[in-house]
Amino acid sequence: MSGVLVIAEARRGELRDISFELIAAATALAEQGLGEVRVCVIDSDPERLAERLNAPGVAEVLTVTSPNEHFEANLHGGAVAAVIAAVEPDVVLAGHTIDSMGFAAAVAVERDLGFASDVTALTWRDGALQVQRGAYADRLLATLEFPGRRAVLALVRPGTFAPAPADDGGATVRDAGVTLDASAVAAEHLGFEEAEAGDVDITKSDFLLAIGRGVEEQSDVERMLELADSIGATLASSRPLVDAGWLPPARQVGQSGRTVAPKVYLALGISGAVQHVMGMQNADTIIAVNTDPEAPIFAVADYGAVADLHDVSEALAAQFEQS
Amino acid sequence: MKIAVAVKSAAALDDEARVRDGAVDADSLEWGVNEWDLCALEAALELRDAAGDGEVIAVSVGGEEVGEGLLTCLAMGADRAIHIEADDEQGVLDAISVARLLARAIEPETPDLVLCGVQSSDGATAATGTALAAVLGLARVAVVRTIEHADGVLTVGRELEGGLVERLRLRTPALLTVQTGINEPRYATLRGIRQAKDKPRATVSPDALGFDEDTLAAAAASRRVDLAHAPKGDGAEMIGGDVSEVAAQIAAIVKTKVGS
Repeated sequence: MSGVLVIAEARRGELRDISFELIAAATALAEQGLGEVRVCVIDSDPERLAERLNAPGVAEVLTVTSPNEHFEANLHGGAVAAVIAAVEPDVVLAGHTIDSMGFAAAVAVERDLGFASDVTALTWRDGALQVQRGAYADRLLATLEFPGRRAVLALVRPGTFAPAPADDGGATVRDAGVTLDASAVAAEHLGFEEAEAGDVDITKSDFLLAIGRGVEEQSDVERMLELADSIGATLASSRPLVDAGWLPPARQVGQSGRTVAPKVYLALGISGAVQHVMGMQNADTIIAVNTDPEAPIFAVADYGAVADLHDVSEALAAQFEQS
Repeated sequence: MKIAVAVKSAAALDDEARVRDGAVDADSLEWGVNEWDLCALEAALELRDAAGDGEVIAVSVGGEEVGEGLLTCLAMGADRAIHIEADDEQGVLDAISVARLLARAIEPETPDLVLCGVQSSDGATAATGTALAAVLGLARVAVVRTIEHADGVLTVGRELEGGLVERLRLRTPALLTVQTGINEPRYATLRGIRQAKDKPRATVSPDALGFDEDTLAAAAASRRVDLAHAPKGDGAEMIGGDVSEVAAQIAAIVKTKVGS
């Protein structure tokens, strides 16, 4: 066989959005001559999820029944490797997600695949895959190829592709013919803990003042809370300040924090690392202040200023006092 | 408890960094131990000390820049260091080839636990640790925020999107990739820095690990064919002027967009 194989992602019985973004990426590649698109879903009840993955452009949905109720990285890696062996695709697509970080590179090792992660563009040309991804924390853009590799596994950055519509296609749903052994499970699931609710819900605010590493002293955090108050904003934060314990997780914006979409997101001293941007890119208006003119946040922001956040925040406080 | 920690010296681009012919000028790079790996090392030191006895071995692949990085690890409290000396002139050091090199050096140590950072600040592939687990044949959990250990049983918290945490239990030997926020890496004390110089440091070439130029190139799972400045595209409309003008403009935008 050949073509593209999409590895769908589900958690607690629900398909995650990335699955549909991957289908869109796969059909785009198929249009460049890569052949058929197949989607694989590995779950304790895969048939229930399979129908939703039947998007336009998908030829087959392959199910694998897991003996484990939840995703487990070691079991999942073995399952994906077995499906790849059975299907022999040219390109395998999965999401650049927390689950994938547990199994994808292992599958690449086991099956001798070409491998690239956090990919933001893919092209199929002359029978070979070429991808783009960021380099040096997205300051630069790298182009990668996979000479000598029969097949490539690429992890696509979430949010790169608009999701394909669900269950609208003419795909056949069939069992992938892969049997999983519960003995492949290495880590036992003990339970889930929801994110702390905290005393503030930043997802409800129209105006967020977000601070990042540019705030170098814990003593400045109090001033920033006051500033947020005086300008009518809710204070939010990127990861480093929460890791340091200066602000509670409830205020963290990003991949492992909250996803927000306020009218205005004013980012002070935030570089714009992709894990942060994932959490705020849908804000209506993004204003960024950073001393580094090359900070990736300026590519995402609507307005920007190369300036010191301490000076700007003092001047801002004065502005809002006047009115 | 014997713990191996895979550590990377990561590069940050200074403000002046420019790309020429698909490569960054070496003078534009500032090196430091990858912050995720510092968290992994700190976790290893705490686990060793809680177990009462054991050894922490720091292993790193790279060129000259690795020397200082490993000294930092030893100064923080690691017992031994191994430098796998490989510069990347060929462009063959990707997550997979690095994992294969690390595995050759770590396997003979038969550690109870291997710790890696989730990703590096410069490469950000978030793959080396998981690839290393596969080459070593170790059970793995990636992206952990908490680690507890007792009598060969690890209880960990895997940090998922949105801040959801999954609690898991597994037995050693195992490999974990560690997320920032798990701890606050200690600073090396002056005493630690002095003692670091006398701790065992081994330097080994890829050849000695069984990788000649061709096999190392073949081990890489990708090849970078271009490196360029990201196209600015639309980008932000930049606000000029002095600080008070910038603040005035921001205030005006906020008032318009948020409303009163």
